[in-house]
Amino acid sequence: MISPHRLHLTPIAVLVGLSTSGCGGAGDEGGHAPESPAESNIIRVTGSDTMVNLAQAWAEDYQGDHPEISIQVAGGGSGVGIAGLIDGIVDMANASRKMKSTELKRAEQALGMSAVEHVVGLDALAVYVHKDNPLESIAIPELAEIYGEGGETTLWAQIGGSSAACSRDEIVRISRQNNSGTYVYFRRAVLGAGREYKLGSIDQSGSKDVVALVSKTPCAIGYSGMAYATPEVKSLPVAAEKGAEAITPTTETAASGDYPISRPLLIYTAGEPTGAIRDYLDWIYSPAGQRIVAEIGYVPIKAVE
Amino acid sequence: MENSVRRRVGLRAESVMELFVYLSGWSAILFVFGIFFFIVREGAPFLVHELDLGEFFSSPNWRPDSEVRQQFGIYALLAGTLSVTALAMLLSVPLGLGAAIYISEFCDGVTKESLKIVLELLAAIPSVVWGFIGYMVMNPIIIWATGAPVGVNVLNGGIILALMSVPIIVSVGEDALKAVPDSFREAAVALGATRWQLIYRVLLPAARNGLLAAVLLGVGRAIGETMAVLMATGHSVQIPSGILDPVRTLTATIAAELGETVEGESHYQALFVIGTVLMLIAMAVNITADLVVKGIRSEERS
Repeated sequence: MISPHRLHLTPIAVLVGLSTSGCGGAGDEGGHAPESPAESNIIRVTGSDTMVNLAQAWAEDYQGDHPEISIQVAGGGSGVGIAGLIDGIVDMANASRKMKSTELKRAEQALGMSAVEHVVGLDALAVYVHKDNPLESIAIPELAEIYGEGGETTLWAQIGGSSAACSRDEIVRISRQNNSGTYVYFRRAVLGAGREYKLGSIDQSGSKDVVALVSKTPCAIGYSGMAYATPEVKSLPVAAEKGAEAITPTTETAASGDYPISRPLLIYTAGEPTGAIRDYLDWIYSPAGQRIVAEIGYVPIKAVE
Repeated sequence: MENSVRRRVGLRAESVMELFVYLSGWSAILFVFGIFFFIVREGAPFLVHELDLGEFFSSPNWRPDSEVRQQFGIYALLAGTLSVTALAMLLSVPLGLGAAIYISEFCDGVTKESLKIVLELLAAIPSVVWGFIGYMVMNPIIIWATGAPVGVNVLNGGIILALMSVPIIVSVGEDALKAVPDSFREAAVALGATRWQLIYRVLLPAARNGLLAAVLLGVGRAIGETMAVLMATGHSVQIPSGILDPVRTLTATIAAELGETVEGESHYQALFVIGTVLMLIAMAVNITADLVVKGIRSEERS
């Protein structure tokens, strides 16, 4: 997917990237510049499990060039990162969903400034089934009937996905725990506003766990970032409507918006970042940082030269 | 002269030790009450102002983060905890007590020592590793053996928890059997009792307090276990209709959700109310045990 010439980066490109401001956020600063703990050269990054591999790759690469900076990366889910940002124990909260209005309000109260959103990449949310599942594609309304409260689809026969490997034909719904941004995004994008998940889904704590469980369970269906695909699972093309063309999730279809369930990958900071955090964020927007987004399997927000 | 100094130092040392032992004894009580107080206090505002206790205990809907309507019902979670614990006990009590009897009464020398070492090793396996075994190894085996659509369920969690409780039941149970004086065994054998009669009629009644303690420690381990059940039971909010249904337990819910909650919001407080419920369950188990043991004693006296 990544053409070889993208991988060659000159130091000049990095410098150019560093000097350009990578501001992708809205919201005002809420008063004077904060005295951020970034002065201590430790940047604490926590949040989205979808983004944890990406955040780690960024941190390793950046620390290689900036040995004076120490970047601590942890996962746990978008909700965990946002809660940490509000509590003041995290400098950058990775999130695969937008902050809720209640969270923004709480951040404002707790921090005395608004949380600022930075879009750093795109992710297509892939729908996975076991590799023996004969299903060729799936439509969003079908997914909603499988996962949504009151949905009637409980057997693979109802959507043409029966296989010998899944003898009871029952659809095993694999979902995420509710601290996950993926969980929240899927609810809004697939089930629709105001609709809840059907209870009784198997809720996994990580993006990788969903794929691992689907690969071991012939009756299963699950959703997770497209970067987590493995040969043991089948990633289904998704159609926006029944009868519409089903689109395979790739970086191209996610970037063009053709793939119906792609979402922004976000970083939240307390106020407009300054100091070391600002430098780091600028680097993330630089070609060097955006190249890593593509390498991990997500869609860069800025075209990589 | 020298003698009296030594004596005085000895007395001083003794009173210091006495104080230390005294404080150690009381600190246990202090810690238990301190923890209980903390958990209740964190959950209290929610318990008093927002929580509908009827809904809390009777509704299976646990939707603490819903954008439509938040619901805090732990009925399904309670059913999950109880079903997994019950299955674990059903498997581990006979196995554990059987192993304790075998180790204590039927084998000695190298066999006995190596069995005890292996059991201790079993107890030393971290619960995340148990969870991983449940998730990656047992899941496909259960699907293959039972035809269930998914193998992370009550059965999986029950087996994993049973394996985790067995070492405790065996080691405490073996100690209880060892504490029965040999004169009991000699007397029984002298009266012509078979081995089975000796165990069933003499040893088990004589050691029943210790054996009960062994079982209850096993129950405690099973109810309190978090990581392994989180991975092995499927973490799915529903009331199980059989042992092949995935469930979610109270402990796993706290472990999975506490990280994302912000101090003071209702979801955070609801999780602490669950913590209080767990403490009360543990207390009920212990008090029941105490009463049973006392009942046995007074029966013996009369």
